[in-house]
Amino acid sequence: MHLHLLGKTNIDFIGKRNISFVISSIIAILGIVGIIQIARGAANMGIDFSGGTSMQLKFAKPMAMADARTALHKHGIARVDLQEIKEGNKLLIKIDKNAGAAVGKSADAVKASFTSEFADNPFVVESTTEIGPSIGDKLRKDTLVAVAISFLGIILYIAWRFDFKFGIGATVATIHDCLAMFAVFYLFNKEINLLFITAVLTIAGYSLTDTVVVFDRIRENLHKNLKGAMQTIFNTSINEVLSRTIVTSLTVFLAAASLFLFGGEVIHDFSLALLIGVLVGTYSSIFVASPIVVLLENRALAKQGDKA
Amino acid sequence: MPKGIGWRIGLIGIFILLSFLYLTPTLVSKLPSWWSGLLPKDKIHLGLDLQGGTHLVLEVDTQKAVEGTLDIVATDLEDTLTGKNLHFKRISRTGSDKVTVVLYEKGTADAVQKLLKDKYPNYEQSPLHDEGGFVAVDLRVDEKDAQDRKDKAVQQALETIRNRIDQFGVSEPIIQREGINHIVVQLPGIKDPQRAIELIGRTARLEFKMVREDIQPNAATIPDDAEILKEKSVDPATGAVSEVPFVLQKKSLITGDLLTDAQVRIDSQFNQPYVAIEFNSLGAKLFDQVTAANVGKRFAIVLDNNVYSAPVIRERISGGSAQISGNFTEKTASDLAIVLRAGALPAPVKIIQNVTVGPSLGQDSINKGLMAGLIGVLLVVVFMAIYYKLSGMVANMGMVLNVIYLMGALAAMGATLTLPGIAAIVLLIGMSVDSNVLIFERIREELNLGKSPKAALDAGYDKAFLTIMDSHITTLITAAVLFQFGTGPVKGFAVSLSLGVIINLFTSLIGTKVTFDLFLHKGTAKKLSI
Repeated sequence: MHLHLLGKTNIDFIGKRNISFVISSIIAILGIVGIIQIARGAANMGIDFSGGTSMQLKFAKPMAMADARTALHKHGIARVDLQEIKEGNKLLIKIDKNAGAAVGKSADAVKASFTSEFADNPFVVESTTEIGPSIGDKLRKDTLVAVAISFLGIILYIAWRFDFKFGIGATVATIHDCLAMFAVFYLFNKEINLLFITAVLTIAGYSLTDTVVVFDRIRENLHKNLKGAMQTIFNTSINEVLSRTIVTSLTVFLAAASLFLFGGEVIHDFSLALLIGVLVGTYSSIFVASPIVVLLENRALAKQGDKA
Repeated sequence: MPKGIGWRIGLIGIFILLSFLYLTPTLVSKLPSWWSGLLPKDKIHLGLDLQGGTHLVLEVDTQKAVEGTLDIVATDLEDTLTGKNLHFKRISRTGSDKVTVVLYEKGTADAVQKLLKDKYPNYEQSPLHDEGGFVAVDLRVDEKDAQDRKDKAVQQALETIRNRIDQFGVSEPIIQREGINHIVVQLPGIKDPQRAIELIGRTARLEFKMVREDIQPNAATIPDDAEILKEKSVDPATGAVSEVPFVLQKKSLITGDLLTDAQVRIDSQFNQPYVAIEFNSLGAKLFDQVTAANVGKRFAIVLDNNVYSAPVIRERISGGSAQISGNFTEKTASDLAIVLRAGALPAPVKIIQNVTVGPSLGQDSINKGLMAGLIGVLLVVVFMAIYYKLSGMVANMGMVLNVIYLMGALAAMGATLTLPGIAAIVLLIGMSVDSNVLIFERIREELNLGKSPKAALDAGYDKAFLTIMDSHITTLITAAVLFQFGTGPVKGFAVSLSLGVIINLFTSLIGTKVTFDLFLHKGTAKKLSI
């Protein structure tokens, strides 16, 4: 006997499409708002896009964020973002490019202010990143091009591989997954940086896997059984591949989860983005991609009916 | 043994062998002496985010290089016109692309126009025009020549920086040109990044100029041919900076490009370091002339428009050696000697990106990356073994093959492993068993339909094939784009991901299949542990 995560299921996925469409619309709208905020520069942008300085300091003793902020303000560094990394008394400092200090001098100014204010709490600079505005502009442009080309590539592949209605379902699901990642990062005010975009593109490529798994089965069953109602065929197909859809995502999920939990602070947010992507990718293949195809198929059938 | 198993196993074996062959230089710290010639020597490099180090992007202010050339043209013209007894009011660079010659009378202007045409045929000459009652002519640099000059300036700057870094002593630095006027510098494992950055970013333009003692530094106006530069000194006890202004002759008598050597010496009397410099023959001759003509006067040693010292010339100095003293520590003196030996940058550079990772964070990242990888492997292995039993173990074996091949491929390419690169490998661990899950689920269905293990296996692989291709190709599309556009860590991610996806196709379609075939080839097996 095979071990199964789920027994034989018979869930009416397509019938729940109104609920899932509402949920997905909210997610998508949040994602779009997030992207608009990013375009306006109002989101939490990483310095690779915005320019500026970021430093990671490791203190000998715990350092309260409020104290650190006061010390920096006292030394004329006003526009600063602080973030604490609980493990190992680490402090992440992000300084706006317009903070006042000249380019390349912010890091020195931070070091000087902490050295003089907290003489009894020595620290080491674990990393420093300084990005001039021209580089930030270039990275932003490059990234936009990269995102555009990736999506074009994926959509072309989908167009070649699926017929029109399935293609639309897969494309919408892929975009939905990426929007969901933006939505979560926007809601939790996580930093939008190059690594995040990398995660989004990776998921854009990966999320199709689950959709393909479901679609393949639907097409197979459509060929086999042309008589049943569209909705029934879709539901049966999804139920048939449900455990497969979940297990394929599960293995990737396990890997991403171990990165998230044990991979350290540098790739923490990156792994979080991957985790969200894998989860949403599974959800969307069932609740977004397939219902859209049903809608399109039904509409086409209705039209045919009108003509006849 | 059935057909096709032999070559497939052979292929798998060969790839394992190759992987370990390519991985040897990475795994073995010191290669034995017989390991040479045809055997691979490339190894997997650790990215700066893992081993610590500094990544810089410098922007060369190429416009300044063009201006510098025009300044030289102006100085040259002054000498030539003076030599030919052609009187002029002023010769100077105006704006960023031309030299203006202002003359007293029309008569000289004609002679000058002819001379300019002969001497600078590549420059565009303007018609004579009036400038404040005098006659002026402009010499404009050709657009293409200016472009050439800019291009050469970036190339020179790159060579100079390479020279400085070599003398500073960094192992395996990467210095390369990027785009039109950017230079990328990577200094792995550097201990004192701040010092290296200062060393690289310095223009290091050394000039000797006469001090104009006839003018007070606080004078309301200074003549056109003079300038005020300052000597900065830092009090070692208090850290206070004091500045002493000097009025200097604008035109420099001798410049740093006439040096052949610069060395740090220690003053035996005050135990104070200084930099001893040696001129080439032209420089020595000039230095001899200048000192002979100006005994008793002061001249200033100026570096990047900062006065280092302004000694009085006591006697004529022949022989072509001189010394630069100032408030040096041993480090600053040695850095100055390096930049003087390596030469000045043809134009100032600006640091537009600086990513520095300390060695402790790098090691921390490696440890955590490995930890995450191990736990990821463990979770996946355990899950697969429980869920798919023996077949799960076959998939796990495929995953291990995957990792070995991937590491081998990375080593063969001499690729750079970054932290996101490690993340890509961990992700691939999940994705590689993914393909097998697709196949296994299909096999289960076929078994449920009552097929024999052998038939179910073949049907499973056949029917899952397209699905696997789909997921791999779409992932490959984005990985390739990331590779094209990504920099540093992101590129590392893209390299690992795209290689891994391709390798995974091989291991999941051939590697695990052959294992099943081997056990089921007789077609008599009654049960498949799946």
